[in-house]
Amino acid sequence: MLEPDRGLSLTIARVVQRLQGSSLHSQLERQARVSLHKPEIKLESLKEDIKDFLKTSGWEKKLQNAVYSELNVFPSPCHPAAPPEHIKEPLAYMRKAQGSWEKRILKSLNSMCTELNIPLAQKRPANEQKELLNKWNEMGTDEPDLSLFRPVYAPKDFLEVLMNLRNPNYENGEQPSFRNHLGLIQVPLKVKDIPELKEDFNELGLNIGQLGIDDSAQVPPEFFENEHVRVGQKVLAEQDSAAAQQYVRQGCPTALRADLWALILNISNQPEDILYYEQLKSNVIQHDLLVDSLIYKDVKLTASNDDYYFVFEDYLYQVLLCFSRDTSVLEHFTYSSATPPKSYIQGKLGMEEYAVFYPPNGVIPFHGFSMYVAPLCFLYHEPSKLYQIFREMYVRFFFRLHSISSHPSGIVSLCLLFETLLQTHLPQLFYHLREIGAQPLRISFKWMVRAFSGYLATDQLLLLWDRILGYNSLEILAVLAAAVFAFRAVNLMEVTSLAAAEAVLADLSTLKVMPLLQIFLFATVT
Amino acid sequence: MPVRIWGDAVVGLRSPVPQVQEIVFRNFYTAFLSVRVQRPGPGGSRRWMTCLRDLCLMPCPHTEEGSQDYFCLHRHQVSMSGWDRGVTSLWCSPLSAHTPGWLPLQGSGAHVPLTPMAARVPVPHSAPPALTGRCLPWTSSIWGGLGVLGGCPKSCPQSVPAPVVTLPVPSLQMLCDLDQVTAMRFILRQPSPVWLHFTIEDLQIFPLGQKSPQKDFPSWLSQLTPPEQPASLHGELPDPEKVSTEVQQMWVLTEVIRARQAAARIGRFDVDGCYDVNLLSYT
Repeated sequence: MLEPDRGLSLTIARVVQRLQGSSLHSQLERQARVSLHKPEIKLESLKEDIKDFLKTSGWEKKLQNAVYSELNVFPSPCHPAAPPEHIKEPLAYMRKAQGSWEKRILKSLNSMCTELNIPLAQKRPANEQKELLNKWNEMGTDEPDLSLFRPVYAPKDFLEVLMNLRNPNYENGEQPSFRNHLGLIQVPLKVKDIPELKEDFNELGLNIGQLGIDDSAQVPPEFFENEHVRVGQKVLAEQDSAAAQQYVRQGCPTALRADLWALILNISNQPEDILYYEQLKSNVIQHDLLVDSLIYKDVKLTASNDDYYFVFEDYLYQVLLCFSRDTSVLEHFTYSSATPPKSYIQGKLGMEEYAVFYPPNGVIPFHGFSMYVAPLCFLYHEPSKLYQIFREMYVRFFFRLHSISSHPSGIVSLCLLFETLLQTHLPQLFYHLREIGAQPLRISFKWMVRAFSGYLATDQLLLLWDRILGYNSLEILAVLAAAVFAFRAVNLMEVTSLAAAEAVLADLSTLKVMPLLQIFLFATVT
Repeated sequence: MPVRIWGDAVVGLRSPVPQVQEIVFRNFYTAFLSVRVQRPGPGGSRRWMTCLRDLCLMPCPHTEEGSQDYFCLHRHQVSMSGWDRGVTSLWCSPLSAHTPGWLPLQGSGAHVPLTPMAARVPVPHSAPPALTGRCLPWTSSIWGGLGVLGGCPKSCPQSVPAPVVTLPVPSLQMLCDLDQVTAMRFILRQPSPVWLHFTIEDLQIFPLGQKSPQKDFPSWLSQLTPPEQPASLHGELPDPEKVSTEVQQMWVLTEVIRARQAAARIGRFDVDGCYDVNLLSYT
């Protein structure tokens, strides 16, 4: 809690520090220097003329977009007395729980490594390097023996951990009382109720046009769609990230989606970005990681088996293997509750000069991880751009879905939000499912952890992810999960077991997400 | 079982502090904080005065928000950054006598006097509802009126819709000067019965001239400069001395920025080309 001026100064200083030395910074400097040759730049009013030039040439807009991106991603500064771990996660017991969970993952990986007698990382022999380089674009044709590898964890293992999360300062009595929650999550995080959600998501209201509803075949395009597309083209022409973020709340036209998402995420695919991707590729060629086998296995088990995504198998390897080598991902650990695993090379334990992170990006993939990338393959076909979009989506959103934190978009809050919404607005259904041993979260958890990827039809999934970007929040995942239960409530009231409930909710591929969300938020009588 | 519904702590200062500049602490599940200071009064006596009343640390006392945050109070604090979004909502609800731990509302079930800060604002029952109400498990009878906040449907035993009036969050204002302070009393309140303990930790009081440790950032960023007016050149040539000084200043600024080496992202994850890793470390 800071004085407003001091808070603003700290924010400005932080943003300046982050942008210093970036390629945008050097480009701006170069542009300013080049502009000195122009006749309209006069020495007497040098500062103002250069500022005007940067404005008219569009460079100021690029800087605005970069600043906006920083503000969206990094949390606002807290008091200088707050230590770094407080910025990662303010609640001590959550930090501890995340630490224990990470230790379990490390133990699992270490034991796999010892059992299989494979090192976590080693340099690839020269002939293997050559071979990999040759088949870089068709790694999917490889059929390595992955039978001995197992995923480090699956979403249901993670759910067990979240169910056992307790605040030691909370009165978790044995006797059922108002203090115990009826769902699986027992931590008292603040979650929004429907009136608050209506306010936050007010662009999804009944009287506002939406893609996913008002572009259906029955609705003449003059009513909404044509104008919306026209506005989208204008937003792209202006190259304004903030305007794009506001625009996509009503959905992206398919033809404009790739560019709009890139604008919101501030991805421009400059030559230096392509070079960076190529550098990552060469890192993949040079060093073989155990994590690579986990990635292979995950892709083979999930995306390759999916009707929509199997065609993108090669792309998935090209993105995920490079992702594991990308040290720039380490930056997100300043605001994530997670900590990257550490190791020492050549067995030199405890000697800091030999300390490294493993994998280089600090992220150990779990079962289903490749499904974060798969839907993006519909939008981006150039590997380096696809890579950058995925990386940015991960460090803004997806990391919150598999780490324990109190953030409103963290998976714990999403689970509690889902359970609270269901309990408040469909109490009979909630009670019934609980009585038959089918706690609703056991079914919806996997949807939310994967941001519904692989469960919805792709066009519907992309409409959902439009809103994640537009609102810079994952709360919509919990709202959709509750809306799905509301939609199938009649069938669910008739089931008598968890297996039957899962069968009712097994196939979401026919669902239309926007009508479901609209009805649940704006048309349900409370 | 007794429920600890309020607590207070007295902090004494060793010698009178000429002027208290800042008070810094870390919260641990305290919902509201009041601060009283002992200062010299008329005729040389010392008397207690309230300098801060019911500062809200946790907008919704049943939930975690703000429960372990760091706070900083300045002698001239005039607005509550961060809590401006908080809505001081008031609702009235007929509480049932069956709910354990709840105390009955004073007065009629429909009226609760509200004292978020200094003003007492009676809420008419006919006020237009702003939000669907939720019941609140504590009352004004404990300490004579309290701002009630947030919405916590999940931990409330009854979700009785009640009219709710939304009031703007009043500005935080120190009610008295922090000069010649001989003793301070911190009164902590936590109306929610769900927490086992509540307190404030790492309390630090900084006298004038000694500010709390700040992150290092260049001084030229700490001043918010107003937008500059472009120089008017109608019919006059600018002073060459002035121009050259300005150019020099800009040049120096550029050099300073250039000299500050940004952390280069080289992307190296190996150590001298070696990345042979066998086991992960647990520490």
